[in-house]
Amino acid sequence: MLTNRRKDALVAAVLVAPFLTIYLLVFVWPTVQMFEISFTDARLIGSGDWVGLDNYARLDSDPRFRTAAWNTAYFVLLTVLPGTLIALLIALGVSRLKGRLQAAILALFFLPYILPVSVVYLIWDWLLNFQFGITMHILDILGIERVPIMKTREWFMPAVAVVTIWWTAGFSILLFLAGLRAIPAEIYEAAALDNASRWTTFRRITWPLLWPVTTLVFTIQLIAQLKIFDQVYLFSQGGRPNDNMVLVYYVFQRAFQQDQGGRAAAVAVTLFVLVVVVSVLQFQLLRLAGGRR
Amino acid sequence: MTAVGMQRANFWGGVITVLTLVCAILWAFPLYWGVISSLKPEDEVVRPYIELWPENLTFSHYYTAVFDTQIMTWYLNSIAVALGVTVITIVTSMLCGYALSQLKFPGRKALWWLILASFMVPTQALIINHFVLISQLGLINTWAGIMLPQLIHPVIIIVYKQFFDQVPKDFREAAVMDNAGEFRILFKVYLPMNWGVTTALSIVTFIWTWNAFLWPFLSVTKTEMMTVPVGITQVNDAFGVYYARQLAAAVLAGLPVALAYLLFQRKVTEAITLSAGIKG
Repeated sequence: MLTNRRKDALVAAVLVAPFLTIYLLVFVWPTVQMFEISFTDARLIGSGDWVGLDNYARLDSDPRFRTAAWNTAYFVLLTVLPGTLIALLIALGVSRLKGRLQAAILALFFLPYILPVSVVYLIWDWLLNFQFGITMHILDILGIERVPIMKTREWFMPAVAVVTIWWTAGFSILLFLAGLRAIPAEIYEAAALDNASRWTTFRRITWPLLWPVTTLVFTIQLIAQLKIFDQVYLFSQGGRPNDNMVLVYYVFQRAFQQDQGGRAAAVAVTLFVLVVVVSVLQFQLLRLAGGRR
Repeated sequence: MTAVGMQRANFWGGVITVLTLVCAILWAFPLYWGVISSLKPEDEVVRPYIELWPENLTFSHYYTAVFDTQIMTWYLNSIAVALGVTVITIVTSMLCGYALSQLKFPGRKALWWLILASFMVPTQALIINHFVLISQLGLINTWAGIMLPQLIHPVIIIVYKQFFDQVPKDFREAAVMDNAGEFRILFKVYLPMNWGVTTALSIVTFIWTWNAFLWPFLSVTKTEMMTVPVGITQVNDAFGVYYARQLAAAVLAGLPVALAYLLFQRKVTEAITLSAGIKG
């Protein structure tokens, strides 16, 4: 028995070793290093001198960091709740369809999600092109004056939010559909026998039973949008990156364009802590939501 | 329900269905517009009115994109990186998931918590130290350098562990009676029972890696080492202001993943719902 246990441990070590090696190298080690250099004045490459909490203390008076924090929060506000609601509405519509038609319609909503961000960027950059974009033709027809949307400060974040919702809604729709399918048909049949109206059925059956999935979709979105970078970077090209700054963009700019690894790491740590806190809250929230089932 | 009530229900049901269909068409319209613009000659693309179908359909932009830019080199890079990441991630995660599910060993609990915890860590925050690590290893501008930081997908281990947990214990006991080693049991008993999951997870890992932007963008400075999604946005001078040609490149970049999705629709949706923590 003892030898058996020892053999098990040995086999387990062999099975776990490849993953664990990679994990320690590209995950644990960089995480430890990130915290470490955030307390130094290191450049991107090479070590620096210990400066204590200086890098963090400077954030408060750094206007660009404030813009980044504010824009990230604004972006979260613009995408998370609207994105969740839009996905829910679409999922409710799609769930009424049957068989091949449902698969085809779902594919139309889902296809953008499967594409690389740069393809999404090129398509929308073309749609919104100030000279030749189709949206500008539509504005002309409606008699509204053209706007260089991605070059206008007030329009930038809302426009990127729209593109992001368009790009990622497919994922949330998929989760909502899975949730809707899990609701037993008998419950709806019983409601129909009781002459319950469409709205009552939704409010009394669908919505409460879908609540765990709604919480899941909402929090996944929240965490994903805190980490926004790609779209903002791409649409800012040739525009005003400093006005459109978000947290990850700040890290990128400080570290890779200004060669200030330490100061960048302080913001990376801030983002890290923020996401971990939200994730822990998500975990608790999901447990609560699950408990209601 | 009364006949009138029924009719009213059918009427509103019909309205919702029509709305859904209209929405779906509008939703997909940007994709259609991107593709159709790439099939128009440049002078048609810039016409000051909307034309839903090209007057002179042309594939010349695809020809130019393929032969006059480095897109084929980027394709090779993307395929190599995506395949490498997929194979390594799936194999290491499967082995680890099997150990966590079937073997008792010291540190098992700790490892499981470590994996669950890493689920929460934003890799975007690690870019600085990934860059430092990859430069110290001398792997900037190499396939290995693009691949390494992308090899961590804790969710795949979690899915594997859950699936291996579901295999009835009898299979394992019978195999142990036959004196089969753990590797034999894994590959002859557990893996064949979970081929569906393995293919589904492989397809989405490939898609995720193909689509990755931030890290491939940071770890490559040479044009010839770029992956497709990075290349098509970084080398504007290769296209100038040729909108149609740029869109042709975009279509070529999205084509492999769009095809993978359309061909394996079920597998892809299965793997994505699984990785979000919903059992399919």
